Amino acid sequence: MDVFLQQTINGLTLGAIYALIALGYTMVYGIIQLINFAHGEIFAAGGYIGVIALSFLQARGVLERHPILGLFLAFFLAMFYCAFLAVALERVAYKPLRGASRLALLLSALGMSIFFSNGMMLCQGVYDKAYPHFFTSGGFNIGGAIITNMQVFIMVGSVILMVTLNIFVNRTRLGKAMRATAQDRTMSAILGINADKTIVTTFVIGASLAAAAGVMVGLYYGSVRFDMGFIPGIKAFAAAVLGGIGNLTGAMIGGMMIGMVEIFAAGYLASEYKDVFAFIILILVLYFRPTGIMGVQVDDTRV
Amino acid sequence: MMKKPLKFIVFLIWAFILLFPMLAVNEGQFVWDRLLKVMGVLAFGGILVMAYNAAMKGRSLKSAMFKGGLPFKVPKKVMIWTGIVIVLILPWVTDNYAKDVAINVLIYIALGLGLNIVVGLAGLLDLGYIAFYAVGAYTYALLNTQYGIPFWVALPMGCLISALAGTVIGYPTLKMRGDYLAIVTLGFGEIIRIVLNNWDKVTQGPNGVLGIKAPSIYYPAIGDGGFQFAQLYMKNLTWLYYLILVLALITMAAVNRLNYSRIGRAWMAVREDETAAELTGIHTTRMKLFAYILGAIFAGVAGAFFAAKVRYVNPSSFVFLESALVLCIVVLGGMGSIPGIVLGAAAIIVLPEMFRGLELYRMAAFGGAMTFMMVFRPEGLIPAKHKRPETDVGDVPLEEGRGRAES
Repeated sequence: MDVFLQQTINGLTLGAIYALIALGYTMVYGIIQLINFAHGEIFAAGGYIGVIALSFLQARGVLERHPILGLFLAFFLAMFYCAFLAVALERVAYKPLRGASRLALLLSALGMSIFFSNGMMLCQGVYDKAYPHFFTSGGFNIGGAIITNMQVFIMVGSVILMVTLNIFVNRTRLGKAMRATAQDRTMSAILGINADKTIVTTFVIGASLAAAAGVMVGLYYGSVRFDMGFIPGIKAFAAAVLGGIGNLTGAMIGGMMIGMVEIFAAGYLASEYKDVFAFIILILVLYFRPTGIMGVQVDDTRV
Repeated sequence: MMKKPLKFIVFLIWAFILLFPMLAVNEGQFVWDRLLKVMGVLAFGGILVMAYNAAMKGRSLKSAMFKGGLPFKVPKKVMIWTGIVIVLILPWVTDNYAKDVAINVLIYIALGLGLNIVVGLAGLLDLGYIAFYAVGAYTYALLNTQYGIPFWVALPMGCLISALAGTVIGYPTLKMRGDYLAIVTLGFGEIIRIVLNNWDKVTQGPNGVLGIKAPSIYYPAIGDGGFQFAQLYMKNLTWLYYLILVLALITMAAVNRLNYSRIGRAWMAVREDETAAELTGIHTTRMKLFAYILGAIFAGVAGAFFAAKVRYVNPSSFVFLESALVLCIVVLGGMGSIPGIVLGAAAIIVLPEMFRGLELYRMAAFGGAMTFMMVFRPEGLIPAKHKRPETDVGDVPLEEGRGRAES
């Protein structure tokens, strides 16, 4: 039982991270119908900025004195940087292709994905970059299972981000513009909504969430690598599809489910095949229910 | 490219913001030299382009690169015959290193042509194409090392198994929309690689399969036992070069025939507008599956040859980046265009060999080139010249023909 509980906790932690990445995929897909392949690399870039900021602060001695402040600063910088990166990405690779064929757009995205991951390799080296060992200790014991401080932090952090996102999308003017553009770009443009601005906003939000996930992964696993965005990127996309692409709640639930499935499959079936299960879920969902689990209800969380 | 200096300065500021944390912050110190070097290169390049555009007026670098052809005209026949002679005598005038590179180019031409059927003709983005290459390679490797089956018998079997893999993967996926298909094929490609990596009993996992025999030919010889057949292993690179040359030429001829066949037309129709194609009576799912299977077969042939050439296979030869590389060849050369793919394969394999010191920058440059091509010249270096059905009827200009079809 305690093994089961432990696996559940691990699964939820991983799932929260996937959910954060999946939100970016689902929002971008909802608004311009593009699988943003470079999203996984934006997530990796977030992880890199996190480690760069934290080791800078540690070397300057800031981390010893104000660890919480340092952590927040790292998150803020990573999210800020990735927002810039996403704006540049959209401007360079996607905006000139508005109205071009879907294949061209997809190939452009793929090119940027390869460019980013190899660019990060050129800038930061081929090897793993270790996070400062600073926040790893401590945890709680719940019924025989241990939940570490880091796991609590990741879950709480992602829930806060997701709630903020939901409030933003549902309550603000810009969020309303996003929903309108996702539903019908031409119509919303006629009604005076600036489509370009809305699309950029979508990219910025998606990238910030992915950056936060990148820092969390770095803290959780202790290191980052230039090609770490590829597999989580596909899994997060699988999560977005599972939840019904374009659906925010769906992406969150899908992310949690993919995380759980991966951890349980690794724990109880075969750990060396853990990456396969997400793909199999993706294929099965696309074959039997392409609209995803949340796809039927066309509610207003559709972005 | 940058018409206005102001725009260029904005670009430089953005580049600085994005590169600064990645290049200039290291363990509490700011290290400026790398960042300054990169910024210097960017600024210098931009100024060069702007100076060129200002000097040439009207005829910008972009149009010079993309609109103008060769400055001189060579008769087509001369070019073709020179090409044939060069290709035929190549292994006799070059060293082993150049032969090896040439063989790689030919392998990638075969792969590119196969993927071209799927992506270029049928318009299905396949991101797991290298999986079929892997299936072909492992089929020959295992049949040869386990059962001693020779190359020429294993080759058709490799085709068959690749085709089977293509059917198994293609059948459930082809009902999906284009971009879902891309991610699912990517998933399948990874699944096959992970299985090859972990199925130790059969594939020997990451260690790979060793001791694969080279293809052999029998030739009549008079020995001490009288008339008999001697077996010659085609181990040396010259033999292998001619073998892959023949395979690549067969692929090329097949793709060329398909291009102008009824099936090729059907693929193009599916690519342009699936609904319209279906309404004109094309069985779209069957056509897409057929494109997928044919692509898989060509990859299987290339894979079997690869295993026979290297005589060792392991899963790390079949990673996603290889799929991306083949895709890059197809995109760079021009989707649907055979000469384009030949040029693309030559460029992508030979250029990194020529600039050995810049090996690290290879993939980044390819990724950048892919986006660049999509933005500035989506039809590729040598665009495909498709005979459009409308223009076959008479001398109806293309636009007019299209307009008529739409109305």
